[in-house]
Amino acid sequence: MNRGGTTFWIGAILFLAAAFAMTQLIGNQYPFFACYVILQFIVLAIAWNVLGGYAGYVNFGTSAFFGVGVYTAVFLFKSIGAPLVVQIAAAAIVGALMGFALGLLTLRMQGIFFSIATIALTIVIETAITNWRYVGGAAGIQMQQPAPMAPFTSYVQMLFFVQALLVVLAVAISRYIQNSWIGRGLQALKDDELAAECTGVPTLRLKLLACVISGALMCAAGAPAAMYLQYADPSSAFNLNYSVSVLAMSLIGGTAHWAGPIIGAILLGATQQLLTVTISSEVNVLILGVMLVLFVVGAPEGIIGLIRKARGNRGEGEA
Amino acid sequence: MFSLDLLQDALVSGVLLGCFYAAVSLGLSLSFGLLDVPNVAHPAFLVMASYGVFYLNDKFGVDPLLAGLLITPLLFVFGLVAYRLYYETFEKRGSDAGVRGIAFFFGIAFIIEVLLILQFGVDQQSVTASYIGKAWRIAGMRIPYRLLVAFAVAAGLTILLTLYLSKTFMGRAIRAVAQDQEALRLMGADPIRIKQWAFGISTAVLGISGALLIIVAPVNPTLDRSYIGRTFCVVVMAGLGSMSGTLVTAIILGVVEAVVLTMFGASWAPAISFAMLLGVLAVRPQGLFGRRS
Repeated sequence: MNRGGTTFWIGAILFLAAAFAMTQLIGNQYPFFACYVILQFIVLAIAWNVLGGYAGYVNFGTSAFFGVGVYTAVFLFKSIGAPLVVQIAAAAIVGALMGFALGLLTLRMQGIFFSIATIALTIVIETAITNWRYVGGAAGIQMQQPAPMAPFTSYVQMLFFVQALLVVLAVAISRYIQNSWIGRGLQALKDDELAAECTGVPTLRLKLLACVISGALMCAAGAPAAMYLQYADPSSAFNLNYSVSVLAMSLIGGTAHWAGPIIGAILLGATQQLLTVTISSEVNVLILGVMLVLFVVGAPEGIIGLIRKARGNRGEGEA
Repeated sequence: MFSLDLLQDALVSGVLLGCFYAAVSLGLSLSFGLLDVPNVAHPAFLVMASYGVFYLNDKFGVDPLLAGLLITPLLFVFGLVAYRLYYETFEKRGSDAGVRGIAFFFGIAFIIEVLLILQFGVDQQSVTASYIGKAWRIAGMRIPYRLLVAFAVAAGLTILLTLYLSKTFMGRAIRAVAQDQEALRLMGADPIRIKQWAFGISTAVLGISGALLIIVAPVNPTLDRSYIGRTFCVVVMAGLGSMSGTLVTAIILGVVEAVVLTMFGASWAPAISFAMLLGVLAVRPQGLFGRRS
């Protein structure tokens, strides 16, 4: 555990160094954008997995959290010109509160009813934002990027690095949860909520915790998006594609391990970016659907599951 | 801007619209309400059926309702295959069908959406028939014939399905399988075949529902997303897969939508069904379901 921890942190530092080097060395804007989107999806997929993978509550409202993150940033920037750090922190707090509310919903509904409720939540919030003139309403809102901070020459590069930081934070949190009593508790309530409650697992507290963490991370991931594109509108910020993409990434990668969503996000995110550029954005939605169905049917445990199976077949029972 | 005239208009069009919502929700009431299949692709199947109707109407000039009847057998077979696939991959394996089942149907919905876009483009499509575009004037109101057609057909469809489920052997078998699958197995019947049949009927109904959808308003490939809320709202509120309950709750939804539309404007429309759904879910955990304790 301790040795694994050291390796993990060295890996994280190397990753951040690579991200920083990329901001300094690559001049072309497009690879930045593609990688930025993938980083953003990694954070979202990990956040989704904390609730969906560990606890087994399938959240279809990723886009609700993401969109609220975007609009928290938009609102703060427009009203008081808040700096990026404040935008992200505020988004995380709003996301945590939303997560708490969502967690209270789990008291009354489970399974598909919970999932449908999260879709409902998305549409209700989207409609409210659409009718809120101050942040642009249905037409959307344009924003001017402020000057970047010291080592970065453009704001986009700075946002890229910030998103990389968020990735490290998200991975660290999800890894900690998985290896601690929280993860074991969530696992227990996923397998059988009633049995877990009866054996003394504090299911409600755990569910609330998972919802809060998941929500805060999702909103935080959304906050820099508006500044990156210099534009935000409700129908793209709350697009159902986010929810389904993120769910697909986690399922494709495998929900049982913190690395699963990362693998899925990189694989699916990169494929989507490539297809959007080379063919069309319609085909990219098609691929999303096809891959989702294929993996759910053919490899229910995702890529992580396939790896474990391959190892198991070679006679190494260790997972 | 609020007056009694407007309210009267809203009530009448709400009732008509509600019947139409019932017609597009009946299939889901069977598959989700009775069979517990998390069929979030139901609205996508519905839009697909509408495009089938559009194709027949556009190419051969077939009347939309007749076209809906013509594609019904195809949709029935489609449903049989879809359920078999779902059963083999999820229900048979048992555990965790919920999570992956929903993901599976969402994947299918996305695939259908994109295939429709690739085939027909993203534009709105509509059908032509003698009763579309004309209106009936009564007591100072103007009621479009297409809504009246939808109303009549929806009412007929509901009555037919209710009779089918209560009077025929197969219909009773479907309700039995919803109550206790194991008991049915012990009596020597094959619950899976009955469920497959029921799922087939739930998609077959979409032939007529899809025709109504495109008669009432133009259709585009991503229309299914706004109907996820409406159909699930109706079915969850109705509970137990009861067909008459579906009709009643659909009319409630139609009236509420129409009244809110008149009072606050169209931009609030998408949230109504979802907000009602959230309300129902929060107050009654399993919707108004009585059968799961």
